[in-house]
Amino acid sequence: MTHSPGGNTVLAVDDLRQVYEVPRGFFAKPLLLKAVDGVSFTLDAGRTLAVVGESGCGKSTLARMVSMIEPPTSGALRIEGVDIVSGGKAARQALRSHVQIVFQNPYGSLNPRQKIGTILEEPLVINRPDMRKAARRQAAIDMLARVGLRAEHYHRYPHMFSGGQRQRIAIARALMLNPAILVLDEPVSALDLSVQAQVLNILVDLQNEFGLAYLFISHGLSVVRHMADDVMVMYLGRAVEHGARDAIFANPRHPYTRALLSATPVADPARRKERIALEGELPSPINPPRGCAFHPRCPLAFDRCRVERPELEEKGGVKVACFAVDAAGRVAPPVAAVA
Amino acid sequence: MALLEITNLSVDFGMPTLPLRAVEGLSLTVDAGEVLAIVGESGSGKSVAMLALMGLLPWTATVSAERLAFNGIDLIGMSARQRRKIIGKDIAMIFQEPTSSLNPCFTVGFQIDETLKTHLDLGRSERRDRSVALLEAVGIPDAERRLGAFPHQLSGGMNQRVMIAMALSCRPKLIIADEPTTALDVTIQAQILDLLVELQRETGLGLILITHDMGVVAETAERVAVFYAGQKVEEQAVAALFADPHHPYTAALLAALPERAEGRKLPSIPGVVPGPFDRPSGCLFSPRCRFATARCVEKVPPRQGAIAGYALCHYPLAHGRPVGHPGPVGEVAA
Repeated sequence: MTHSPGGNTVLAVDDLRQVYEVPRGFFAKPLLLKAVDGVSFTLDAGRTLAVVGESGCGKSTLARMVSMIEPPTSGALRIEGVDIVSGGKAARQALRSHVQIVFQNPYGSLNPRQKIGTILEEPLVINRPDMRKAARRQAAIDMLARVGLRAEHYHRYPHMFSGGQRQRIAIARALMLNPAILVLDEPVSALDLSVQAQVLNILVDLQNEFGLAYLFISHGLSVVRHMADDVMVMYLGRAVEHGARDAIFANPRHPYTRALLSATPVADPARRKERIALEGELPSPINPPRGCAFHPRCPLAFDRCRVERPELEEKGGVKVACFAVDAAGRVAPPVAAVA
Repeated sequence: MALLEITNLSVDFGMPTLPLRAVEGLSLTVDAGEVLAIVGESGSGKSVAMLALMGLLPWTATVSAERLAFNGIDLIGMSARQRRKIIGKDIAMIFQEPTSSLNPCFTVGFQIDETLKTHLDLGRSERRDRSVALLEAVGIPDAERRLGAFPHQLSGGMNQRVMIAMALSCRPKLIIADEPTTALDVTIQAQILDLLVELQRETGLGLILITHDMGVVAETAERVAVFYAGQKVEEQAVAALFADPHHPYTAALLAALPERAEGRKLPSIPGVVPGPFDRPSGCLFSPRCRFATARCVEKVPPRQGAIAGYALCHYPLAHGRPVGHPGPVGEVAA
C-alpha cells in the first residue's frame, strides 16, 4: 500500500464488522446478516480512499460506521488516534465533528422546510454553542462561496436549486465544522454528466485547500479512477483487493476486480474489448457461499476456493484475497484445477 | 424505407398561456437492424419523445408532428384502438426500473402471457411454451418454474430480463429501451447489454437505446443522437461522434468524462440546463457555450448538413475549432 511520506493517519480501521440480526419469528433464532465482515484500512490526511463494489457489498454500511451513524458490532475504529469504541461518550461526541458525510441523493438529504442558511448553520448551533449569530452567518456565507454558490443563496430553499447545486450545499454543510474526514457516499451518482464534473472539481479543490481525507464510496469506476489515491474493492462484506489506484487499474489481480473493470463500459468506441462475463448474481449476504464468497461466479475457482476462505494478503504490491494469485501478484491458478 | 420516421415532432405540456416545450422539432429515422442511441441529460426530452411515439403520454401533453410513420404506416391520424395493435406488438418498450414496471400482483408468467394473448392468436399451451422459450432466450435459468414467480421474488437483473422477454414476445420490429441498465449493477449491466445486442443481431430488429452513459453508447450503439433541452443537437455515427464532435455541447460533454480527463481538473460545463422560464431566445446552449457570440444569443441556429453531424449550431466544430467563428475563441464567452 502506498502511504504518502510523513503522512498523517486520520482514520484507522481494524477488522471492522457489522452484523445485523434478521428476525424470523417469535421462537426462531434470528438470522445473522454480515454486512461488513472484517475490513481494515488506514486513511491519511489529504488522501482519497475509494471503496468500490456492487449493491449489497457493504460499502454504505462501512460509510455509516465510519461516520458514526451506527456503532460497529466489533473491531476498532480510530479517528485521529482516538478509538471510538472504547473512547466513551464524550470522546465520541468530540469526534463527530471530525467526520462528516455527504449522501448520494441531494434531493433527500436537505430538509425542504429549511433555508440554506439554516441548513448550513445547524451544525454550528449544535456543536459550537458559544459562537455568535453574526459569526455563524458569516461562516455560512464564506462556505457558500467556497463551493461556488453566492451569498444571496443564503435565504433560499432547497427546491430552488438544481441537483448539482444541492449537492454542493450538502458538501458545504459537511464542511461547516472543519472536519478532517469527509465520507462521500456516491456523491455524484445522482447527477448528470455535465454537473458531475463541477462537483468533482469542487471536491478536488476542497481537498487541496483543507487537506481533507476522503472516503469515497462509489460504484462508478471512471469516477473512482479520477478521484482516488487508493482503491479498495469489496465483495459481500469483505475487501477482495486493496492497493494504489494505478496498480489496481493497470493490473487488477482479483478475478472480481477484473470482471468489474471489464464490465464497465468505456467511452471509447475504438476500444470495444472482450468482456469477462460473470455468470449469476450477487449471492445473499444472509447465506454467503462457503469458502471464498466469489467462487460460484469465479472463472478461476478450484477446489480450495470452495472450502477455504482466502485472506487479504500482500501479493506483488497490492493486497489481494485470492488463492489463484501467487505471492508475486501473478494470476496463476493450479493448472490441473481449472475446469 | 426507414423502419421509423419522425419528422418535426414537438411535445408541449401545460396551458396554452404557459407552454412547456419538452421536445422541439425532432426529426429522426431508424432502420431495421440498426442500434440508435439517444443521449442526453435529465430533462432533455429523450424519454418524452419516445413516449410520444408510443402514445403513452398523459392527456396534458400536446403532441404534434409532420410525420410519425412506422413501417410506412402513419401513426398520427390513427385511432387509439388501431395504434394499440402496433404498440406492444411491433414496437415494444423496455423501461428503466424493471421492478416497478412489472405489476407486483401478478406472476411474471401471467404478465408475459397477457401480451401474447392480446396480440397473437395462440392457444393456452402454445402461449405457455412460448413464454418458457422466451425466458430461456433471455437467459433465465429454470424458466418453467420462474413463470410462477412474482416480481419481488426475482432480482433487478432477472426482472429486466423478464421485461426484455415481454418486449420480444410478439417478435417486434423495433424495441425502445429507455435506460434499461441504469438501475442495475455494473456486472449485471454488462450481461443485459450483451443480451440486448445479441438479440438485436439475431432477429435484425431496430433498437433505440436511451441512455445518459457515454460508456454504454460507445460500446453498443452504431449511430448516436445527442439531445439538449428538447432538441436534437447532433447526430453522427458512434466512432465519428467520439472522434470529432461537431456541436459544442457534445464536445463539452465528452470532455467532462472523467476517463478522458488529463490531470485532476475536469473541464466542466458552467451553468445548468435551461428551465421553462429561462429559455434563451436564440441557441438554447448559448448561455453555457464557450464559443457563443451575439449571433448565438439572438438567432435560432440552423441545422447543419451531414458533414457537420446535423449540428444545431451557428459555428459547428471541426476538430475542436468552430467553423466560421468571428472572434478569438475563449474571449467571446459570456
